Amino acid sequence: MAHDQELDASGLNCPLPILRAKKTLNAMTPGQVLHVIATDPGSVKDFDAFAKQTGNDLIESKEEGGKFHFLIKKC
Amino acid sequence: MAQKKLAIIATKGSLDWAYPPFILASTAAALDYEVQIFFTFYGLQLLKKKLDLQVTPLGNPGMPMPGGMEKFMPVIVTALPFMQGVMTSMMKAKMKKKGVASIEQLRELCQEAEVKLIACQMTVDLFDMDSTQFIDGIEYAGAAAFFEFAGQSDICLYI
Repeated sequence: MAHDQELDASGLNCPLPILRAKKTLNAMTPGQVLHVIATDPGSVKDFDAFAKQTGNDLIESKEEGGKFHFLIKKC
Repeated sequence: MAQKKLAIIATKGSLDWAYPPFILASTAAALDYEVQIFFTFYGLQLLKKKLDLQVTPLGNPGMPMPGGMEKFMPVIVTALPFMQGVMTSMMKAKMKKKGVASIEQLRELCQEAEVKLIACQMTVDLFDMDSTQFIDGIEYAGAAAFFEFAGQSDICLYI
């Protein structure tokens, strides 16, 4: 799926993927989509919780090739 | 929705116990919480410019060691002078390998996210510390000031 920005958080552990994603989203405009790649298995639940609490839209969350991919739309 | 608030009291000054306050504070800030950490007693070590945080196996039966060594090692061995240094280097190496942030890094992220870091003035005086030892951008206050924020907080943690 198309995205406006990509953040590779591979190899980073909790809470760094969330903190980096937040920072990247801050610099984006509403409606834009961020693609986050992570290897921390805890990030699956974390990104779900992050989206719910910040009001951003988690469009997609999937595992592919041993990595976790998240598409977050900034609201 | 009103902004949520998290108040933390950080009282411990070892490497392992330095993590919970900074991880929770930085994450809460990323979730749009307003956050304050009040550092008192040994927690003040976490505000030093030059961090020298150690982890000790002494009196900690829950600390995992390589190869399950903790099950066989007599407690007195954990009291040997070199043990603390060895355990600290091992812990730091492991954290680096697993992509766990350093305390310096997490602390910086907290400051970037406008987490308010407050040093307990009474303990600063008690231990003859002074502001030149601490990082910039922190505040100094007492118990009453903490309650002003903690009293309105949604979550309040004592670590």
